Amino acid sequence: MKRASIAVVGAAETTELGKIPGLSQLQLHADAALNCMQDAGISIADIDGVASAGESPTSVAHYLGIQPNWVDGTSVGGCSFMLHLRHAASAINDGLCKTVLITHGESGRSNIGRSAFRGGGAATLPGQFEAPYGGMGPTTSFTVPFLRYMKETGTTLEQLAMVAVSQRRWAGLNPRATLQDPITVDEVMNDRMIAYPFTKPECCLVTDGGGALIVVAASRVADFPQKPVYLLGTGESVEAPMISQMSDFTSSRAFRVASANAFAESGVQHSEVDHVMIYDAFAHLPFYGLEDMGFCKKGEAGAYIADGNTSPGGELPVNTNGGGLSYMHSGMYGMYALQESVRQMRGCAAAQIDGANISVCHGVGGMFAASGTIIMGSPETL
Amino acid sequence: MADQSKLSLPVVTPETMHFWEGTLEGELRLQKCLDCDEIYFPPRPFCPACSSRSIDVFPASGRATLYSYVINHRPHPAFDGPYSIAVVELEEGPRMMTNIVNTIQKPENLLLDMAVQVVFEKVSEVIALPYFQPAGDCQ
Repeated sequence: MKRASIAVVGAAETTELGKIPGLSQLQLHADAALNCMQDAGISIADIDGVASAGESPTSVAHYLGIQPNWVDGTSVGGCSFMLHLRHAASAINDGLCKTVLITHGESGRSNIGRSAFRGGGAATLPGQFEAPYGGMGPTTSFTVPFLRYMKETGTTLEQLAMVAVSQRRWAGLNPRATLQDPITVDEVMNDRMIAYPFTKPECCLVTDGGGALIVVAASRVADFPQKPVYLLGTGESVEAPMISQMSDFTSSRAFRVASANAFAESGVQHSEVDHVMIYDAFAHLPFYGLEDMGFCKKGEAGAYIADGNTSPGGELPVNTNGGGLSYMHSGMYGMYALQESVRQMRGCAAAQIDGANISVCHGVGGMFAASGTIIMGSPETL
Repeated sequence: MADQSKLSLPVVTPETMHFWEGTLEGELRLQKCLDCDEIYFPPRPFCPACSSRSIDVFPASGRATLYSYVINHRPHPAFDGPYSIAVVELEEGPRMMTNIVNTIQKPENLLLDMAVQVVFEKVSEVIALPYFQPAGDCQ
């Protein structure tokens, strides 16, 4: 993708977040899409491309009444929406479509009209070689590499707890965050053990919600009412569908590939970045994200976060909505990370970073299985 | 373990049959590429390093080290109390998920890089699962 050739001109979440038992999963997609169309000042007839995960783009397009020329059902977990943005940019630049709607909706907590959970069959490789050992989903798989990471890097459990503390500080500035009360390292470490060494505040929330984005060619931004947010760089990759087969337990290959391509495409230097989102399904993910993207050297992210550098007032604000640990996490959180990056670039976030013009939004899919990185810029970066 | 019938047991596929036949016979079978010598897991009838279809099946030593793990504290119907979900590194190189058994399920008993040894447990008529236990305890 040519830097800044594509812009986000619509962005919205569902009207409510948290517990939404009154809406099915498909309606969460639609609620976000309708809010997003209003934000972009367009009608359904203007949309000619649809991308979605969780629900198929077929279901979303039919439900909303869209006749698309282009669809993308890439579904590689919670970072799917980063990949949709990257694919949409390519499709728009190739003339396959003009106005792409990307939707997410997930009844993660209330489980209303939720599609069957896929990929867990007993004859699959994960079904044969991981499931028999009593895994409880992400809490006992995503977390498995971390003791090895601790031993190799000298990172401490106090530093892990500080990720939850830091993000709660941001959530305290965000009226839409699910959890807003301050917490301490001691409180985090003494909370209920979920999967040693991870306690409850170090595991993501389980909530309902959705979000949607509308992207167009940058040449069209004057036709839309919102301040445009430009895509400066994009990257994607996948690694292994089984956590036991991740090649390096201290570093994600998918993170490294996706972020390196995004930085190369954008021409952005790390020192220029004002704001970072790192998908935090669990508290160790910001360590891997900061190190694999090149913001910290190997093994230094724990101290960097514990020293307050990513907290409010720090030099590198990270997960400013409160993250999956405190803001919300419906299951495929990447959409909410993207929404916060767009808000920061528009200048309208609840915890707005003054003068923020470049945001790096980094997503994970599955258990370190996939990754997508989107670097966004305000009009000042053109 | 409380009730093995509550485990999610493997359904064997053609490409993995040698592995599960092996565990029933007390062997941990790996595959090796005859062209590039890569030893790999999970099973597939070609080499993931060089794509060669010229491969061999052989029994591993069963010796491994504890590479990483979590201790699950949420209740699971197949287990009594907290239990480890671990990844071990086999002497031959590949890593695999397992449970560390026959030891107390606490961090002080589960030290990274400690030596572990495979043990097989028949959990159904057609499946024996490979578990690992501390190597010193099985001599």
